Amino acid sequence: MLASYQRGLRHGLPIALGYLSVSFAFGIQATSLGLTPLQAVMISFFNVTSAGQLAGLQLMAAGAGLAEMALTQLTINLRYALMSLSLSQKLDSSMTLPHRLLLSFCNTDEVFVVASQQPGKVGRAYLYGLTNGPFLGWVLGTLLGTLAGGFLPAAVTEALGIAIYGMFIAIVLPPFRRSREVRAVVLVAVAMSCLISLWPVLSFISDGFRIILCAVAASALGAWLMPRPFEEEPADEQEAL
Amino acid sequence: MDWSRFLVYLMVMAGVTYLIRMLPLAAIRGRVRSVFLQSFLYYVPYAVLGAMTFPAVFSATGSWFSALAGTLAALVLGWMEKGLLTVAAVACAVAFAAGFLPL
Repeated sequence: MLASYQRGLRHGLPIALGYLSVSFAFGIQATSLGLTPLQAVMISFFNVTSAGQLAGLQLMAAGAGLAEMALTQLTINLRYALMSLSLSQKLDSSMTLPHRLLLSFCNTDEVFVVASQQPGKVGRAYLYGLTNGPFLGWVLGTLLGTLAGGFLPAAVTEALGIAIYGMFIAIVLPPFRRSREVRAVVLVAVAMSCLISLWPVLSFISDGFRIILCAVAASALGAWLMPRPFEEEPADEQEAL
Repeated sequence: MDWSRFLVYLMVMAGVTYLIRMLPLAAIRGRVRSVFLQSFLYYVPYAVLGAMTFPAVFSATGSWFSALAGTLAALVLGWMEKGLLTVAAVACAVAFAAGFLPL
């Protein structure tokens, strides 16, 4: 148990540091839009999502209606349903209902991707380790941003904005290099995403919805043209030595 | 911001986000049997990452040029299979340095 937890913590460390810088920027923005530091930290504590929080913050500042708030969160964050569905296939028998209820709270993009990369199944000790650091980094970064944002030069905070993407690239490139199938799926998703973002005709598609569209289309195409051999039920997570 | 209004907003935001994440994870206990669905779910994380990174990464820093420099650095190091933290830190450092080039 402890070894799995520590392995999770280790895997979560780069995510935590990436979050620290991203939520730092969120903290700066929240105070500049009139929220108190405590309010900004509460948003991060209860939502743990970057794009959704940023959109929510702007809706709050604009005094938007609650239906618009709910609908915006639904479209931006619907991708998590896809990730939770995918993750449900990786969980071992230690993930009983209470743990599913608690851990789904922290199923962020990065946590999901790292958990997906683990061989075989993952258990709760690993997942608590994996999520603890990023959650702490997310909340702490927000607090620091609200308190110290004004003191840092813009050149530093702006450069930190690329941290999270550097992490994404580092996650995807090794399998991209080795597997022709993964390479094809990633390239289709990237091409679609660029097309939707850059073609004005499609600009009505929100960022969250764009990610769902691209992920579903590219993965379905991959599954249809390049189905993978049927996998037997893997055993429960092995204790790391 | 006024606390009573803030708390209502927060409850809606956090409630919707949590339900989206929690429902599939709590409801689906079994194993997907279809080869198509298994393959689909295997590809999802890679497709999500690709769509989230491009083209958003090019507007992640102060200028497209520093973002491009940081992205290239990340691509080279990622290809060499360096660790997540190394790649992220070097991408930031390169983007930071490129921000000072007169362009």
